[in-house]
Amino acid sequence: MSRSRRAFGSVLLTGSLAVAMSTAAMAQAQELRIGYVAPVTGIFAQQGKDMVDGFQFYLDEVKHDFGGAKVQFIVEDEQGKPDTAVTKAKKLILQDKIQILVGGLLATTGYALAPVSTADKTVYVVPIAAADDLTQRDLSKYPYMVRTGWSSSQPSHPFGQWACEQGYKKIVTIGADYAFGHEVVGGFQRAFEACGGQIIQKIWPPLGAQDFGPFIPTIRQDADAIFSLMVGPMSLRFPKQLAASGNKKPVIGGGTSYDEFVLPSMGDEVIGHISALQYSAALDTPLNAEFVKKYRAKYGKVPSYYSESNYTTAQMIHKVIADNKGQFPGPEEFVKRLASLKIDTIRGPVSIDDMRNPVQNIYIKKVEKKKMFGYDKDELWNTVIKTYPNVNQFGQFKKDEFLATPVYSRDFPPCKYCQ
Amino acid sequence: MTRELVKVLAVVGALAALLVIVPNTNSFVILLFTRALVFAILVMSLDILLGFTGLASLGQAAYLGVGAYLTAILATRYQIGLGYDFWLVVVLGVVSGAVLAAVFGLLAIRATGVYFLMITLALGQCVWGLAYRWNSLTGGDNGINLRVRPQFGINLGNEVTFFYLVFGFFAVSLAAMYVLVRSPFGRSLMGIRERELRMRILGYNTWLHKYIAFVIAGAFGGLSGVLWAHTTGIVSPENLVLTTSVDALLMTVLGGAGTLVGGVIGAFIVFGLREYLSTVVPWWQYVLGGVYVLTILYLPTGLMGIPARVRQRRTRVKEATAERKLAPVPH
Repeated sequence: MSRSRRAFGSVLLTGSLAVAMSTAAMAQAQELRIGYVAPVTGIFAQQGKDMVDGFQFYLDEVKHDFGGAKVQFIVEDEQGKPDTAVTKAKKLILQDKIQILVGGLLATTGYALAPVSTADKTVYVVPIAAADDLTQRDLSKYPYMVRTGWSSSQPSHPFGQWACEQGYKKIVTIGADYAFGHEVVGGFQRAFEACGGQIIQKIWPPLGAQDFGPFIPTIRQDADAIFSLMVGPMSLRFPKQLAASGNKKPVIGGGTSYDEFVLPSMGDEVIGHISALQYSAALDTPLNAEFVKKYRAKYGKVPSYYSESNYTTAQMIHKVIADNKGQFPGPEEFVKRLASLKIDTIRGPVSIDDMRNPVQNIYIKKVEKKKMFGYDKDELWNTVIKTYPNVNQFGQFKKDEFLATPVYSRDFPPCKYCQ
Repeated sequence: MTRELVKVLAVVGALAALLVIVPNTNSFVILLFTRALVFAILVMSLDILLGFTGLASLGQAAYLGVGAYLTAILATRYQIGLGYDFWLVVVLGVVSGAVLAAVFGLLAIRATGVYFLMITLALGQCVWGLAYRWNSLTGGDNGINLRVRPQFGINLGNEVTFFYLVFGFFAVSLAAMYVLVRSPFGRSLMGIRERELRMRILGYNTWLHKYIAFVIAGAFGGLSGVLWAHTTGIVSPENLVLTTSVDALLMTVLGGAGTLVGGVIGAFIVFGLREYLSTVVPWWQYVLGGVYVLTILYLPTGLMGIPARVRQRRTRVKEATAERKLAPVPH
């Protein structure tokens, strides 16, 4: 990557400068080598770019200086394929001798990279890959892994409760048919049914579905609302086709159905739709306002949670390294310190629970068309209408009971009220 | 015959060089060669169909997938295949690939040309769909993680040891397929490739010949799957997608169909560009695309066709000069 080469060049330059000035100075110039794996080419390239940009944005802001350690940031392209991700991670670990591995977009990639971190005793920080079990039932297999992003069902738990509070009794879910979709929908179902709601129908269009024509007419008419979980281009098509079918029911959904990655390309049909996630670009805090403005000035678009999560991840790594006077404390110690971090971030206060998943605010967000942060055009924003503070991955449920049940899947929780 | 001997010696020499050089490079390069060699087995199996029988299959990834999933499921659920029973899994992988091909062959072999392509494509997608949707068995989209490689006296967790093992399988596969295509059976496959009708008139049961070739290719595909599962330690539907089959097809064509080694060279080039060059420059995709386009345009017989073309040109030049010598005819 040109980025890594540039970084390498600058390291080389500072290195030679240090030699020229004094050898003592060079002995003090420490280096932190961070390897980053993201899909920079292929169908997930856009998300991959947002991820890398978010991390890079933070590095540029602190001029690659983590409390005295010079950060060498090496990006490798995983091409959206888990086995390529493994090869690239191996390259970073074996050839570039990185100390920290970061990245992975898809849940599959997370599952592929975590064992690599275990085998090679390298820290793996997970900013995006949200597969629940990484920090739940499979945690013990991955002692060198810490998640700084979220687990798929984490926003769904408070969201289910919120749906009850709105007086919804019966909800139909329609979600992309793969692990991430199962987990987001499953979490919502568990929470919604725990407070008295009923999921009366679950529809699973295949991942990447273009035409929802076969699915929309089957949505049961006695439902009070529709819960959707879409990703990528599906997020754009589903609300359009739903609106075209004359739907009058309220539409709510998982975070990726309306996140800032897809929102700018959406039409007015999504106004009023409500979703839940740990971040919204419309979060009205000074920290976020500044971030959005600076990010937008640099990259020409509003940051998505892909960018925010990586920015925050870089910030968290910075904090751990800076607290240790710019020294990398070794993988075990680094994981321990990162996992006990409490920090104020753009998305709000974040700490890490004892299963190495963030405890953070979950925002219930409503799509509105309005002006924000002094921009003069009317745009779609995810206005925060309710904040659930300090939500952990188990939400309102008890950890032990939660872990005793299987991971969310197409068949779990079973659909008791379906006909 | 001597020319054939020279060729064989050249291949053996190149492989020996590989065996000496690769373990002394850095571990990432070793890993890449391991991956390329495993995939090369799949590519060669496809070459038996494409290059020697004239059947372009777009479903070869299915056999890799079956072998890989079998390995992963046996290892993670039943702890089979992590010790000496690795060899049992190898056999099972080969058998499963062959059995799947035997079933698919019944449907596919009746067709030729583009229809064969379509049927194998559809069958390959069926296997992908099964891997993707059968969550309880295959882990669906998340795939299956193998956390350790087998250990039996030797520790395959060591990249160099594993490279030697894969190299061994590769060399044996190459030798076996070479013997196969040189055998009377292989000759009759080539006959079918050239003119099936004539072969049928000569009294050959061409359907059976093609069917057997298809099953053999499936068996080698299953073998590559077993090794593939242990190479990266993750088996997911991504291994079964259409692009994997297309990759295999492109590698065969790139190196030269009907040569066995051509596919191996193709695999090395594609893996080199896609996984090594991509760590060096961001525009590796253009190089890969360029290589494909240039090969198709100027080397329709693939990279292995280069010597033949050079020879052809030389004889043409010779003929031309000979003609010129004859030319000064007095008028």
